[in-house]
Amino acid sequence: MNILFAVLLLGGLALLAGIVLAIASRVFHIEGDPMMERIDAVLPQTQCGQCGYPGCKPYATAVASGEVDVNKCVPGGERAMLAIADLMGVPPKEVEEEAAPPMLAYIREDECIGCTLCIKACPVDAIIGAPKQYHTVVESHCTGCTLCVEPCPVDCIDMLGKPEVLEEWTWSAPGKSRLVIEDSAEGETHVRAA
Amino acid sequence: MSGLLDRFTTLLGKGAAKGAASSIELKAMIGSGGFSGGVHPKQMKITAGSPIVQSPLPPRLILPLKQHIGQICTPIVEVGERVLRGQKIAKSQGYVSAPVHAPTSGTVLAIEEHAVPHPSGMGRLCIIIEPDGKDEADESLPPITDYRAEDPGVIRERIRLSGIVGLGGAVFPTFIKMLRDHRHPVEMVILNGIECEPYLTCDHRLMLEHSAAIVRGLDIIMHAVEAQRGVIAIEDNKPDAIAAMQQALADIAFEHIEVRVLPTLYPQGSEKQLIQSVTGRQVPAGKLPLHIGVLCQNVGTTRAIHDAVCLGQPLTQRVVTVSGDAVPSPANISVRIGTPIPFVLAQCGLEDLSGVRLIHGGPMMGERLSRLNVPLVKSTNGLLAMRQEALYSENAVEEPCIRCGHCVTVCPVGLVPNELAWHCRNDQFDRGQEYDLFDCIECGCCSYVCPSHIPLVHYFRYAKGQVAKIEKERSFAELSKARSEARDNRLAHEQAERAARRSKVRKQQAGDAAGEEVSGAETSGDGKEDKA
Amino acid sequence: MSLLISSPHAHGGDSIRANMLSVIIALLPAAGVSVYLFGWLALFLIVLCMVGCMLSEWVCLKMMGRPLSRLGDGSAALTGLLLALTLPAAVPWWMALIGCVAAIVLAKQVYGGLGHNPFNPALAARVVLLISFPLHMTAWLVPMHAPVFAAVLPLNLYDFSQCWNLFWLGPEAIGKGLDAITMASPLGHVKTEWSRGIGAVEALRNYDYSYLDAFLGREAGSLGETSALALLLGGVYLLARHTISWHIPVSFIVTVYVLAALFNAVNPDHFAPPLFHVLAGGLMLGAFFMATDPVSSPVTPRGQIVFGIGCGLLTWSIRTFGGYPEGVMFSILLMNCAVPLIDHYLRPRVYGK
Ligand code: SF4
Ligand code: SF4
Ligand code: SF4
Ligand code: SF4
Repeated sequence: MNILFAVLLLGGLALLAGIVLAIASRVFHIEGDPMMERIDAVLPQTQCGQCGYPGCKPYATAVASGEVDVNKCVPGGERAMLAIADLMGVPPKEVEEEAAPPMLAYIREDECIGCTLCIKACPVDAIIGAPKQYHTVVESHCTGCTLCVEPCPVDCIDMLGKPEVLEEWTWSAPGKSRLVIEDSAEGETHVRAA
Repeated sequence: MSGLLDRFTTLLGKGAAKGAASSIELKAMIGSGGFSGGVHPKQMKITAGSPIVQSPLPPRLILPLKQHIGQICTPIVEVGERVLRGQKIAKSQGYVSAPVHAPTSGTVLAIEEHAVPHPSGMGRLCIIIEPDGKDEADESLPPITDYRAEDPGVIRERIRLSGIVGLGGAVFPTFIKMLRDHRHPVEMVILNGIECEPYLTCDHRLMLEHSAAIVRGLDIIMHAVEAQRGVIAIEDNKPDAIAAMQQALADIAFEHIEVRVLPTLYPQGSEKQLIQSVTGRQVPAGKLPLHIGVLCQNVGTTRAIHDAVCLGQPLTQRVVTVSGDAVPSPANISVRIGTPIPFVLAQCGLEDLSGVRLIHGGPMMGERLSRLNVPLVKSTNGLLAMRQEALYSENAVEEPCIRCGHCVTVCPVGLVPNELAWHCRNDQFDRGQEYDLFDCIECGCCSYVCPSHIPLVHYFRYAKGQVAKIEKERSFAELSKARSEARDNRLAHEQAERAARRSKVRKQQAGDAAGEEVSGAETSGDGKEDKA
Repeated sequence: MSLLISSPHAHGGDSIRANMLSVIIALLPAAGVSVYLFGWLALFLIVLCMVGCMLSEWVCLKMMGRPLSRLGDGSAALTGLLLALTLPAAVPWWMALIGCVAAIVLAKQVYGGLGHNPFNPALAARVVLLISFPLHMTAWLVPMHAPVFAAVLPLNLYDFSQCWNLFWLGPEAIGKGLDAITMASPLGHVKTEWSRGIGAVEALRNYDYSYLDAFLGREAGSLGETSALALLLGGVYLLARHTISWHIPVSFIVTVYVLAALFNAVNPDHFAPPLFHVLAGGLMLGAFFMATDPVSSPVTPRGQIVFGIGCGLLTWSIRTFGGYPEGVMFSILLMNCAVPLIDHYLRPRVYGK
């Protein structure tokens, strides 16, 4: 008798909790962006294709549909991977390729023949120029994806490291300084990046 | 409930426990009528008794084009041009900016990148001047002797033209702080004579030796912002400065200005903490001191304002304290801005710099410089040369946090530094922001008392930098995304147009054909196009 | 060569070691009283626990590949001392050693070592012992100088060889049963009398309880918890050195006092008087030395007050309504669980917000 009572009581409680949960999930339901959009929002939008897809949005679509791993975006690195894994609710997976330091494309203008092929290649319209004119890269728009290098028939596009400026310098985590200060006999302190 | 607790804590705190940190030299205090928290670092004001001396002209002056918070200046002189002392050589570019003036007469040698005092050791564009030794002055700014008769706007314009920035270290362009806003009239101007950083004594000496100029400077500021009350705030560890300022006030018979003596407590010289100590009110988050009717100016800045207005001299010199255990004869020196730091150190007998660590500013908030060959700039209030062994930050080994709570007790802002550092270390920057990361003023009290030698401030700086970086990357990504989508749309559009054109042409062709072959209505061409 | 390090470049000179050392110093009066009361036995137990904890710490550090220099921070030695002071003088040596291992291994190192343990290691170890060996852990050796037993003192605890045998071989070795040399603590006595329907006041009367004895420490109890005076001295030292702040001990003790006073006022016959509660058992030791353990207590002043109040409420409730005569230990451990929550919700007010 007692056992019956206990079973009934627990069963009743479970039922009650279930009902409450069901109602709560209805009432507090949040309409989210579709998964693809949310993944796209954490990608670096370099549009470089290193993930094996023609751009960030196609990769986001592929991840959202579950057809590809979360660790394929190279420029996004660990941070993007973790964010995607979090969104998808899957375990994180190490990013295999290391991202190159940020770069910018430079066109050696005197060699440019104005073929417009690089303009067509650039996924973010960062190159301006008209046919048979010098072309030039708008630095503030270039994502450093290198897609314009290949098509150039006269190889006049260089990928150069993005210049570091003082205003954008930030502290690295303690004990992981990028700067190592060395003493020398002359008493001048030399700095090198570690 | 929590408000009650708060009151209970502070009430008891004032009497019972004078704070937290359990170190030997350190007696932290809660309350003291001012802000909560704070520490008592060892004073080390060894130069308090040394009169200000004038540094000779260096062989070269290096003037960075940005020595203030805001936009960088553009040079208005050419290489090879002769300049005079006080001549403007770089003009403001944009609103939040302050021009640069030549500190002496001479020739412009170069305009090029040169290392500046910054922890990164990086450089920026500088104008390099070779002095000719004549020190001829440019007299384009006439002295304003009767400043009370001038319009406040004229005074502010003079301050702007003179390149004056906050000389306490914040280097915010001063004229902007003095702009008037009719919804928020300035009731009180506080002269910040606190100088709570250990070692530094330049403001102290200025108050002793130039008390009249400083009091006048304060009066100028009050006139410019039309304030009625002036308060000179000095800590009780500088009794001679207190006396000097009182004497100066009595001499000039300024009755609208009073001297307020405050108990010594670091970081009382920090603007918001000082305002709380003096007025008992806090500047609401996200607001400026102006919004509660207060304006703070540093002693050095006030003196510079006096010189700019009454003497017509733009900001080309400042007083710095050169001290530290590696300096044979520590001193307060009046130096021309742009003087190379090794030259200044040599004035104090320090020539061999091997094994010397240079700190730009005081030990609590100053920056360790990774390069020594940099010029002295407007923000340089102190130069500390320390032997490697003496520099705590170099020898400390981080140990696990024992949650002793000392950092919480001393934080003048009311943060929980240990939790905050935990989130920063784990790169949980969202959580860090929930724990008010950006309210940290980087005063260093928490690191100072931490028994585990955790570089808390370093974690906060790291996190702040990362947040800024992530934010920037995110907005760049958004921009790129928009551009890429625009391009995709354009391409799709072009393709559609092309397709439409093609189909039109085809239709036309088909129509022509149909016209000729009336019998065959359904042509193979149409069929093909349907499939395509 | 050096890495770039941010300001501040000055430091107050505080260290973990200095903190631990000042707690050890603050415990010296209590340790002294324990030797005065329990003679050689107290000394043996203290040395054994300190050595035992440090050895366990050394083994753990070695096994986990952590820097052995951590042994020098004094936290293991402090845990050993604290553990010893919470033990009854008559516990067998092996039981104390088990306590040491439990404190260091179970309560500290498995959580990640110093700074990561959610509970006070010494307290956690004591609970392990209490649950495993309830009999030994509630048998209080008759102390020297206790007026209650002055006439019939069963043992001379200042006799080295007798203590040596008792310590290593147990009471049987000196021809006595455990019962013969132990007595009930005042708290235990009150609890038993309650169960027989006798009120606290009456119980204390037939125990010959005196406030002065309780204050000075001349009563039965754990090594270091008997003398409120010695503990107060240590507590004041810690407060003066700013090693601890007043928030936890004050709110803890005041809460117990106020609660006891309230109920005592309602029914003076049944409920024990407030001063009795404050002086009895491990309250002083707990309030000044256990609840203030930095690692397992809140960091914010407001949180510390809430923590202290919680400890006080639980202590009084367990003592009055619970199954155990003493509740200090359990209440602190229970409140330790709430620390993350307390710390999160009771942060100080941020400037200007
Ligand atoms: S690798 Fe990353 S940045 Fe490059 S296209 Fe793919 S998702 Fe975009
Ligand atoms: S300019 Fe070249 S490297 Fe830069 S975004 Fe365009 S295609 Fe990529
Ligand atoms: S960070 Fe340092 S000062 Fe703050 S609680 Fe931890 S050990 Fe104590
Ligand atoms: S550095 Fe920041 S967290 Fe540390 S005490 Fe100062 S304001 Fe508080």
